[in-house]
Amino acid sequence: MYDLGYSRPATLAKALELLQQDDLAQLVSGGQTLMPVLRARLAAPSQLVDIARLDDLRQICTIGAGIEIGAGMTHAEVAASPVVRAHLPALAALAGGIGDAQIRHRGTIGGSIANNDPAACYPSAVLALGARVQTNLRMLDAEAFFAGMFATALEPGEIVTAVHFPACAVACYLKFRNPASRFALVGVFAARLASDEHRIAIIGGGNGVFRWHEAERHLDRGAGVDGLDTVPLDLANFTGDIHGSADYRRHVAKVITRRALTQMA
Amino acid sequence: MNETVANGKFGQSVKRVEDARLITGRGRFVDDLVFPGQTYAAFVRSPYAHATIAGIDLASAQDMPGVIRILTGRELADAGLPPLPSGWNLSSIDGTPARVGLHHALAVDAIRFVGEPVALVIAETRDQARDAADTVLVEYQELPTVVDLAAAIADDAPQLHDGIAQNRAFEWEIGSSAAVEAAFAGATRRVTLSLRNNRLIPNAIEPRAINVQWSAFDEAMTIYLTHQNPIGMRGFFAIMLGLPSENNLRVVSPDVGGGFGSKAPAYAEEFAVAFAAKMLDRPVKWTAERSESFLTDAHGRDHLTTAELAMDDNGRFLGLRVHTLANLGAYISTSNALVVSYMYATMLSGQYAIPAIHARVEGVYTNTCPVDAYRGAGRPEAAYLIERLANLAAREIGVDQAEIRRRNFIREFPYQTPLIYCYDSGDYEGCLDAALGLADYAGFEARKAESQARGKLRGIGLSAYVEACGIGPSKLLASLGGGGAMWESCEIRVQPGGSIEVLTGAHNHGQGHQTVYAQIVSERFGVPMDSINVVQGDTDRIQAGTGTYGSRASVGLSAAVHSCDKIVAKGRAIVAHMLEVNLADVVFADGIYSSAASNRTVAFVEMAQAAHGAASFPTDQIEPGLVATSFFDPPNFTYPAGVHVCEVEIDPETGVVEVVAFNAADDFGNVANPLIVEGQVHGGVTQGIAQALWENAIYDPDNAQLMTASYMDYGMPRADSLPEFGLCFWPSPTPVNPLGMKGCGEAGAIGAPPAVINAVCDALGVDHVDMPASPEKIWQLCRAREVS
Repeated sequence: MYDLGYSRPATLAKALELLQQDDLAQLVSGGQTLMPVLRARLAAPSQLVDIARLDDLRQICTIGAGIEIGAGMTHAEVAASPVVRAHLPALAALAGGIGDAQIRHRGTIGGSIANNDPAACYPSAVLALGARVQTNLRMLDAEAFFAGMFATALEPGEIVTAVHFPACAVACYLKFRNPASRFALVGVFAARLASDEHRIAIIGGGNGVFRWHEAERHLDRGAGVDGLDTVPLDLANFTGDIHGSADYRRHVAKVITRRALTQMA
Repeated sequence: MNETVANGKFGQSVKRVEDARLITGRGRFVDDLVFPGQTYAAFVRSPYAHATIAGIDLASAQDMPGVIRILTGRELADAGLPPLPSGWNLSSIDGTPARVGLHHALAVDAIRFVGEPVALVIAETRDQARDAADTVLVEYQELPTVVDLAAAIADDAPQLHDGIAQNRAFEWEIGSSAAVEAAFAGATRRVTLSLRNNRLIPNAIEPRAINVQWSAFDEAMTIYLTHQNPIGMRGFFAIMLGLPSENNLRVVSPDVGGGFGSKAPAYAEEFAVAFAAKMLDRPVKWTAERSESFLTDAHGRDHLTTAELAMDDNGRFLGLRVHTLANLGAYISTSNALVVSYMYATMLSGQYAIPAIHARVEGVYTNTCPVDAYRGAGRPEAAYLIERLANLAAREIGVDQAEIRRRNFIREFPYQTPLIYCYDSGDYEGCLDAALGLADYAGFEARKAESQARGKLRGIGLSAYVEACGIGPSKLLASLGGGGAMWESCEIRVQPGGSIEVLTGAHNHGQGHQTVYAQIVSERFGVPMDSINVVQGDTDRIQAGTGTYGSRASVGLSAAVHSCDKIVAKGRAIVAHMLEVNLADVVFADGIYSSAASNRTVAFVEMAQAAHGAASFPTDQIEPGLVATSFFDPPNFTYPAGVHVCEVEIDPETGVVEVVAFNAADDFGNVANPLIVEGQVHGGVTQGIAQALWENAIYDPDNAQLMTASYMDYGMPRADSLPEFGLCFWPSPTPVNPLGMKGCGEAGAIGAPPAVINAVCDALGVDHVDMPASPEKIWQLCRAREVS
């Protein structure tokens, strides 16, 4: 790690001020991506502005039929939250399956979606459930928020403060773990929304989270899970590496989509 | 298994006395040590795998804050640091010595693998050293690379070392090719197999570390080094550093956090750091970062082998022909010439009476990290080959995999193989039956049907391994090219108050020596374990020994037994005077000396007091004091053996292989501490399953970059991927040492890989799958199976 400064402002406003004063400052929440990067000397920010413990970012509550999760809530807190478990048990299960116990007690939902790692779990839930991302400046639909691998619509000086999840009828998240890293080689969040529409969001393909629209239409038509194998899934959504070819990843995405839907039924 | 106890005898499950300290953070490792005037080292490493060094610009780095000195390979060589030493002299078939590519501690002219150290920065702090290392400018001229074994021996392959054509270091053989030709001529059935034994990265939990103090006043050096063999390293370092004698050098290995063989070689970085400490006259410390461990800790395995097994119509093995290309990496690491030859091919008879065997091994240089001993060191490669062939043979003949083994088992001991080794003892069929019982082999078909009903493919695989431990008989090893004897010593010092020190040249890096040595001495003297202190790992305290590898603790423990015997015998002589009885009438049992001719008894502690008091016996006949030293050179290796049974379930939709059951019956001879031995088997089996399913070092074929250089890409085993293991012991005590112990450290890593792959092949109904049986590979086979 290179030498750097560290501050833990007491308010979001103060954090924003620090960011505005210093172009090389870097926000940190749980640090589960950033700290390994710093340790490997792959980044050299002037200072870290730590927002993980800001009270404003640390609540889980119901809003209407949906729920709001503060950006600073850790995966372990989301997994254990009675509110999340009652309203979106699939989301609680997703959070409880991220990384290992240490990671789940550090990493946060805000950090995960702002980083938008193509193998991260949360973006699939945000996209599939039609969640909205609240920042200090505006509210963004999930579709508008994610912009390809490690890219989002966030502007400089914009901070994710919460995620609003609408109610959904039933959902299931399944992931196929990379045997080495235990990140998702492929992950699928399948949901039937309150409107009865189906949503399938896939991560791990390599290019960032995306929806499998063909499968959604197939399901919305009332066609069965069994016919999914023949529903087209564009290979361009997948890249290959030493852990699996694009072809294999696409195949696994289809298999676990079917399994997720079967579990939902 | 036995009940766990805190204080106990040989054969009891005594809890490890060292654990409370280690698991509560009170271990003391090399990186914990800081000396007055401490400096820190960081290496500049090559980002290329094959290049010449056109120039090194140190100017800006030298001006960085805290920088004390930056050394290059040229400077070290000019200052007198010789190339790295070899630990084994191997000759090719034509009698010529192995062609050794010179390995400098820091590269002088050329780079031959990615991560090879080019310069050494010494600074006041670790970060300053790292900052300056990042600033050193090295001009490289890239050369074409080669990582693949078959490609490396092609005529037009990039050549790593001057004068070593086609990268061939040696071509070695063992056994009789004529006898094998004859056997094949007379055989009616044969099977052929080509396989790769995948390259592994050791991943000890504590990375390599060294901290060196030099005293110019008396030309004495102290090296704190995390290592499996501190005494052996003293000799290497004394020669490399040009010290007047070994007496000018003390090597201390405090707590060592795992080795698996990777802390047995003499490494480039450590020599450079020690040499620098002497040049600077200040303590220099280096601790590897995990990424450096991946790139430069000696890797394991990496064979490409073709073999043919000749049989009669009943599946009786008649002859075995083996050809192996062994990937040496860029240089021949300390023990690797031994590992790929006599540690490997000597074991190719397995548990079977095969009258004719011939093996040829070619050592090949590639642009990869040097390879050396890794848990099992050659023996897993042999067991994997012969146990895969056995299952192919069963398919060819059309008999069960257990039956083909029964038809070929060695049944009488000692058994002289055609490959030098003479097996000491064993009951292979008894072991097989025990393992099949544990695994409920008879119930497999029902379980398979149940899996099938859930859409899963189930398979069962056996492996019947034998290996060689207790290294080793010095005369035999010397005749094969060994550079040093491999006996072990043990000194026992009994203090006047009855406390006991046990000093041994073996070195604990997770084996539980503190406990097992104390158990044995405690039982022999009839004193509590907590009165015994086991001392290891400091050459100023222990004079002689050769470290810990190859399950050779039985050698050191045998020396301990002999020292105990000497102390007890001396005690008898002293007690005879104390009781005024004849020596012949004094007996010793359960810590008490007694005689039928006297009403008095003398406890061991009282005898110790008397030995030091020296008032109750004539000192012209019996020397005062109570110290005994023994050196034990075993007459033969020991040959642990066992049968492992693995059951897998495959998801044909994803290709994921799950190990659903793993049972093993092992012959370790007599077992000193079942609790520790079970732990060794758990760890070994876990590493073996990991090799078969997950672990795999991959170099990019285009540029020889290590693609699996972190835990993001290198698959380590996790507890949640493993079943509960079912273990039992089936001991045939060895006659080659007084305790009848054979050793257990490598067994799991040897027995498990073929058991897993045999199970995978059984589930899929295929002849062979190379390790690791990764999901996509298995999925492709499942798809092919559906199509057919």
